[in-house]
Amino acid sequence: MQLFVEQVINGIANGAIYGALALALVLIFRSTGVLNFAQGEMAMFSTFITWKLTTGGLPVWGAILISMGIAFIAGAAIERTLIRPFEGSNRSPLNVVIVSLGMFLAINSLAQLVFGTDPQRLPSPVPNRRLTILESSNGGINITYPTLMLIAVLIVECIALWWLLQRTKLGLKLRAVAADADSARLHGIKAGSMLMFGWALSAAIGALAGAMVASSRVGFDASLMQTIIVYAFAAAALGGFDSLWGAVLCGIFVGVANSLTVQYVNALDGIELVMPLALILIVLVVMPNGLFGKRTVERV
Amino acid sequence: MTTDQTGADLAPALGVEPLVVEDEAPRTAAAQTLFPPIPAVVTRTRIVIGVVLAAAALYAPWYYGPDINRVLSQAIYLAIAAMGLNLLTGFNGQVSIGHGAFFGIGAFTSAILIVDHGWTYEPTILVSAIFTGLFGLLVGLPALRVRGLYLALVTLGLAVLFPNVVQRFVKGVGGVALLRPPRSAFSSLIGGLADDQWAYYLSLVIMVVLYILAWNLVRGRVGRAMIAVRDQELAAATVGVPVARTKVVTFAISAAYAGVAGSLSVMIDRLADGTNPIIYFQRSIEFLVAMVIGGAATIMGPAVGALILVLLRRNTQNLIEGKEILAPAIYGASLIAIVFVLPEGVVGGVRRLLAALGRRSSAKGRPPTHPIPDDSHD
Repeated sequence: MQLFVEQVINGIANGAIYGALALALVLIFRSTGVLNFAQGEMAMFSTFITWKLTTGGLPVWGAILISMGIAFIAGAAIERTLIRPFEGSNRSPLNVVIVSLGMFLAINSLAQLVFGTDPQRLPSPVPNRRLTILESSNGGINITYPTLMLIAVLIVECIALWWLLQRTKLGLKLRAVAADADSARLHGIKAGSMLMFGWALSAAIGALAGAMVASSRVGFDASLMQTIIVYAFAAAALGGFDSLWGAVLCGIFVGVANSLTVQYVNALDGIELVMPLALILIVLVVMPNGLFGKRTVERV
Repeated sequence: MTTDQTGADLAPALGVEPLVVEDEAPRTAAAQTLFPPIPAVVTRTRIVIGVVLAAAALYAPWYYGPDINRVLSQAIYLAIAAMGLNLLTGFNGQVSIGHGAFFGIGAFTSAILIVDHGWTYEPTILVSAIFTGLFGLLVGLPALRVRGLYLALVTLGLAVLFPNVVQRFVKGVGGVALLRPPRSAFSSLIGGLADDQWAYYLSLVIMVVLYILAWNLVRGRVGRAMIAVRDQELAAATVGVPVARTKVVTFAISAAYAGVAGSLSVMIDRLADGTNPIIYFQRSIEFLVAMVIGGAATIMGPAVGALILVLLRRNTQNLIEGKEILAPAIYGASLIAIVFVLPEGVVGGVRRLLAALGRRSSAKGRPPTHPIPDDSHD
């Protein structure tokens, strides 16, 4: 029982990361309809920037904030230069996929070029101690501080995003453009700027997620996000791709399901990835729009 | 009205983008409704280019050394896999990022048969094709319910999962998921041909056969059904196109192409590798990129794209001395650049150019963007 609860908590912590990255994916998908395969690599690059800043003597939290700022600007720049030419309905969506895959390759190798191929260590923003709750005769349940931090960061992130999207004029504009760019334009909203803002925001979220992953590990290199992005895709697909909250919840769900699979299903030893994929497949076969997606009516 | 014309005649009635089927059609009355008359100058150019290319392809392995021959052979198997993907994505509209997995299944089927069961290489190609085809059928069934980006994701998972499965179940030299068939398994069956030349010609013959098959497929009834399903699935269903069967069969055929490519890769690269966790994901990307660069939903596109891709990769590798690590960056950047300059791929771009030339040189020639002339129903 104790082991079970600890595994669930571990799963939630990992799931918080999947959820955060899925959030970034969904944010871009909702506003521009682009599936950004390079999201993980963008996050990885930002993580390296964070690391570089900490080696320069900055405290970790400060470094994370600064690299989020840099990612925000870079995200906007990428949208403006690489994605903008492919927006609009008459362009092939395949070309955007190619662009994002090209970015995937380019960013990955740039990171190796700029920051080297050796594994680096990002200091954890919180002390690596553990907290024991529900103490009993056989030991109680242990939670580490980094785990708590992951969960706390996700919660703060969600609240901030909710506030931004639902309670500010900027968020309203963003949602209007996501719902219908043309109508939004007719109402005087600068749709282009909003799309740029969406990319910038999601790059910043990715930077945060990357720093969280890296700091909870012993070391990280350019392959940091490559498995995680699959789980994030799983979470986003499960959540239905147009629901931010769906992405977060399904991220946590995928994380928990994964850590329980690793712990209890020996038959899947080494191929735990089967689990998120089977989940996506089952959900999509039963509910083609995901768990939280909106149903759409197709017209001929 | 024959079934062959269903798609073409329905398209304007339903207000759908008309089917644009390409290439030299037989000049029958039925065909002329779909295929605009091609200006003579274009046809002549095409024949000349075709003959020159064929001669070059046949002569290449004698001109170059084993090193370049291997690169060219890699372009050939890449072209086969890209054509497989093109059938599925270009002509049938199902986006797959999982063809790397089919490629891997083909590769490991061949490698296992040779290494563990002592087969000679050539028959394993057929076994790989059948095996991956069946597997494609299996994946194609759930794909009926999952479309667009979701399908891309599920198939992406397939590609990422495959190396894990291999690592779990295949134990090669030293216990890692890497199979190296002996050199003797691939020795030339024709005297006078060196091993690398034999590998090249065998791949080339298989590629030509598969491309002709694909060309026939997309011009026939099945092909029109595929295109109709891509352009308007519901409309296709209402006129009696068996949507589910078309999609699943396309998936299976497409997977078999990737499987053959994988099998050939064992001969050319001399190994089947499952040690790198994202290698088959990268393969999937290569296929997709080759298809898009060359021109999706064209016959020559995947081959052109594959050649460009392989040459690009080879030349970016040694472009900057001491900075080999930068190669993928240049490679990625070139991909983005190509998509910017030629959004319809090389073949699409050339075709547009030829159409413009044809319009200028011949008053009778019609632009292919308007495939259904008003006077075609006399």
